[in-house]
Amino acid sequence: MVTFNRTVATVACSIAVLFAGGLQASAQVKIGSVLSVTGPASFLGDPEKRTLEMYVDAINAQGGVKGQKVQLIVYDDGGDANNARTFATRLVEEDKIVAMIGGTTTGSTLAMIPVFEDTQIPFISLAGAIQIIEPVRKWVFKTPHTDKMACEKIFADLKRRNLTTIALISGTDAFGKSMRDQCVVVAPKSGMTIAYEESYGPRDSDMTPQLTNIRNKAGVQAVVNPGFGQGPAIVTRNYRQLGISAPLYQSHGVASKQFIELAGPAADGVRLPAAALLVADKLADGDPQKTVVVNYSRTYQGKTGQAVSTFGGHAYDGLMIFVQAVQRAQSADKAKVRDEIEKTKGYVGTGGIVNISPSDHMGLDLSAFRMLEIKNGDWTLISDAKS
Amino acid sequence: MAEFLQFFFSGLTVGAVYALVALGFTLIYNASDVINFAQGEFVMLGGMATVFLALTGVPLPLAALLAIVITAAIGLALHRFAIEPAHGASPVALIMITIGASVFLRGVAQIIFDKRFHSLPPIFGGEPFRLWGAAILPQGLVVMAGAAVIVLLLWQFVDRTMLGKAVIAIAANRLAARLVGIDTRRIVGLCFAISAAIGAVAGILVTPITLTSYDVGTLLALKGFAAAMLGGIGSGLGAVIGGLLLGMFETFSAGYISSKYKDAVAFLVILAVLFAMPQGVLGRGKIERV
Repeated sequence: MVTFNRTVATVACSIAVLFAGGLQASAQVKIGSVLSVTGPASFLGDPEKRTLEMYVDAINAQGGVKGQKVQLIVYDDGGDANNARTFATRLVEEDKIVAMIGGTTTGSTLAMIPVFEDTQIPFISLAGAIQIIEPVRKWVFKTPHTDKMACEKIFADLKRRNLTTIALISGTDAFGKSMRDQCVVVAPKSGMTIAYEESYGPRDSDMTPQLTNIRNKAGVQAVVNPGFGQGPAIVTRNYRQLGISAPLYQSHGVASKQFIELAGPAADGVRLPAAALLVADKLADGDPQKTVVVNYSRTYQGKTGQAVSTFGGHAYDGLMIFVQAVQRAQSADKAKVRDEIEKTKGYVGTGGIVNISPSDHMGLDLSAFRMLEIKNGDWTLISDAKS
Repeated sequence: MAEFLQFFFSGLTVGAVYALVALGFTLIYNASDVINFAQGEFVMLGGMATVFLALTGVPLPLAALLAIVITAAIGLALHRFAIEPAHGASPVALIMITIGASVFLRGVAQIIFDKRFHSLPPIFGGEPFRLWGAAILPQGLVVMAGAAVIVLLLWQFVDRTMLGKAVIAIAANRLAARLVGIDTRRIVGLCFAISAAIGAVAGILVTPITLTSYDVGTLLALKGFAAAMLGGIGSGLGAVIGGLLLGMFETFSAGYISSKYKDAVAFLVILAVLFAMPQGVLGRGKIERV
């Protein structure tokens, strides 16, 4: 009797071990993402989260990557860089991710970079400032255009309109500060003179004092507003309220329909550099980006019912670059994937055509930016000049 | 000169909001010695509830009214379920309870509403008037008028109605009020509800200018508290004056000195008041008869 029980026990255990071993065999490719789904950057982080979830599901439905399912783990840092750092550590130590696609804001990205450099995990950031990839760090890449490119594109357009004396009103958040610094550096080379500067806190609700000072400054021909989130919407509303007639330029930090909704009719006439994604249907048929952006727009709008924004597009580009790197590397090994990400060439994304190299971990040039103007609550393409 | 006027009007507009929040603080403090840090959340709820009710198709005026009623009910619930059961506790403990309530309300707001920024259409349109070179939004005037009306109504309430007299009695001496037959529990609950309604009105009036989202309450509560301290906590008129003064300080310092430290102004005011005149501009010093 005892021997029979023992035999049954042994057989049962063996079967259990076989099952457990079988489960282990289908390993997953774990990607982590720390996004600012709530807080002042919510209209960047929310589309990013939806895009990643949508496309990870689509990839898994088609069998995953190299036969392995992709598991996406998303944490919300609420726009706070400290939270981002905590979540990054958790992703690495507890969730054991092989790559990170996230970091909605410049602040949260910069806070998380040391974590991923130390643990040698590829990090594709979704934030704007140039410090993320300059100096080049081995494990850090990014998909959005840099603030430096935004300044250059805006200045090129101003030059075309013969406006050379400008005022800056910047947000004091990391992206706003970074872009302001870049504009100051780039201005002399582009023939611009920055006559006056003001700033505002990212949560401020009234910028009329600063704009009044700008309006009273003689000789200011145009105003540029580096920043993102709620701030530029209020700046734009106050700008029209004060009746300032000089042209207003925003950065690509407002490239979402939510900016137009918040700013209301005040947004008409505002110009900004942005990815072709926003004007997907208005692109010429021969445009190399047209197929990708139209597909992404339709999918995103169909699944979420919301208008598309460039931020979701950057998340899409990050995910696709990662997936293609894994396919080329034929494995999910972190070092091999990183090497393949660095060799990405000719990837046509929503942000532009990407050519990553060891000295350039972003891979976009100025032609990836288009100059847009807001008319009647919608985006319109200004010119196809390749500068 | 034109920019002085512009700063002045902007300061008045934002000051009117602080005044209303400070008034809410003062009302509750007078009735129950509790500093209610959930006051900012009432302002947030007024704006957000109106936006979401309007999104479901309710006509805007009705949505605003419903939002005020809902917020008042939440204020009453705060008193009944959080403050009243702890009536023997020290003032610090009660303040902690209100801070906890504010965090709770903010969390619930994230779930029930959403995490984005929202706006409401201004009542009289968005075209500003030009007065001596300054641009004034009609909505700014609405906020100031609304604040004036509320102050007037409150004053009449306290001065002319039995309920108002009961509030003053409770503020003067709670035990004595109980002894003459005033139901302190009901009256204090009413004060919470009124305070919440005032906050909601402030939120609805100011959303067309400053936008609203689930977390505007925190900073507003702190600034409203600074305004109440500046004016003298316990004095209604002081709350209004404190609010307007704080609004002016902020705007003028942003315009003439530097806009980077605008938020710090409110906190500097708290420090200055505590060091220099703790009873505020209109507050009476506490007299203890030995």
